[in-house]
Amino acid sequence: MGFLDTLFGRTKPVQPKLDDLFGLPSAAVQLEAATGFKPTGSGSVSFRAPEGKPFADIQKEVLELLAMDDGKPGGGLPVEVTKDTYGYTWLVSNHMSDEMDALVTDLHAVNSALVDGGFGPQLLCTLVAFSDDSHRRLSLVYLYKRGTFYPFAPLSGQNRDNALELQVKGVLGDDLRIEQDLTRWFPVWGAPGL
Amino acid sequence: MATRTRYAPDRGLTVRMTATMFLLGLVFVAFVALIIGIMTAAHASAAAIVLVALIFGGGSAFISLFYSDKIALAAAGAREVSPRDAPQLHGIVDRLCALADMDKPRIAIAPTQLPNAFATGRNSKNSVLCVTDGLLNRSGLTDEELEGILAHELSHVAHKDVQVMTYASLLAIVAGLLVRFAFYSELFGGGRRGGGNNGQAALLIPLIMLASIVVYAISFLLIRLLSRYRELAADRSGALLTQNPSALINALYKVSEGMNRIPTQDLRAAEPLNAFYFAPAMRLTRGGRGGGGGGASLSALFSTHPSLEKRVAQLAKIQKELGQVGPDPRGIG
Repeated sequence: MGFLDTLFGRTKPVQPKLDDLFGLPSAAVQLEAATGFKPTGSGSVSFRAPEGKPFADIQKEVLELLAMDDGKPGGGLPVEVTKDTYGYTWLVSNHMSDEMDALVTDLHAVNSALVDGGFGPQLLCTLVAFSDDSHRRLSLVYLYKRGTFYPFAPLSGQNRDNALELQVKGVLGDDLRIEQDLTRWFPVWGAPGL
Repeated sequence: MATRTRYAPDRGLTVRMTATMFLLGLVFVAFVALIIGIMTAAHASAAAIVLVALIFGGGSAFISLFYSDKIALAAAGAREVSPRDAPQLHGIVDRLCALADMDKPRIAIAPTQLPNAFATGRNSKNSVLCVTDGLLNRSGLTDEELEGILAHELSHVAHKDVQVMTYASLLAIVAGLLVRFAFYSELFGGGRRGGGNNGQAALLIPLIMLASIVVYAISFLLIRLLSRYRELAADRSGALLTQNPSALINALYKVSEGMNRIPTQDLRAAEPLNAFYFAPAMRLTRGGRGGGGGGASLSALFSTHPSLEKRVAQLAKIQKELGQVGPDPRGIG
């Protein structure tokens, strides 16, 4: 925030950065080579919908936005819309595990549609899920406002596999902008699409 | 690509806040001019009093700013909690900080039955957000309402309100000290001094005292006014962050009602922290919420927080704005 905003107690809405998402496919290749984690083909976008509308209306509005963005008449991106316990709306896109490019394109389209629809400052994060042969789970979380990624590896209960997360940070350091401030690696327990 | 936005700046609030700060600055300049005048008159005892007051006032303000988080936590008897201790609280704050792109403050819980919350700290790296046990357990708030309160407190952190209010209070602290010092020096020193310019001293010290009293009174009122505007600004930013002004309105009603139910010894214990709280724990008059009567105006002038009606009215306006999508004020997003 600038000096004047501080002086006047104003908060400017923070617009998201979206283009870094396209670094994901090459990062996924790197991740598989180094750690054996493969994309599950599932990715999700979460944002805060304004109050006052029933969830069904938001669902409809978002799906309409996506249909408009798709360009093809009658088309529209195949996403599931759900709401989590913290009150955030999640749009989950499912692909085959080897369709990372398509998944990222879809997620970017969802994000751009939401930004065009005025939800830009309300975007929370984008999440792409991975798993390895022993069914360990890992996700890469993209923080829009900072344009950085961080790994999130949930274990059973509310524990996270910090060793794995730090390993992934090392592996992907060259491919993606990894969030350097570890206090920003907030957990997303039970996120849809994970 | 035109981007729509759901935000619109509140120009009225900005203008009123600017006017308040301008007046505060004006009083400051006048006061400094007076002090320089006294210094050039070069009467040793008067100059010494002014200097000592400046050093003491500035020093205490600096210390209270630098240690504001520790002082407030100690005064509230609060303890810091880890994400494991309070996963829900941390979860809400994590998400709000990611939305607002700000550093996450430390989180503490105070063992007070008053339902309330405060945030303090000189900057975002050293800030702490504290909620009371009463807010978490007894107030019957829903998660959304709790989120609204936390967003309000995070806005205080983002707006650096502790810094702004400390700088704003600096003048009042120095003026207050000057009144006291001048009074004592008059009481104990006045009679003993002899010599050539005794007449000048006898005139100068009461003059300092009088000016300080006036400055103290004016800046006190302006600081309280500024504090109320900062509360409104935090309400506004918090509601825009969560996109949920209704929850904040409900939370305000619930917390204010909770405050009125609590016995007075708790209220007295909470008094020093009043300015930092989400809702004021101390009221000068304990009138009903229907308020706006003649008797309420004086207490409104001295209050650190705007009336419940004003805060709700502002949030209701935001409620309406959120329904309509306006053009992006910056043109291209």
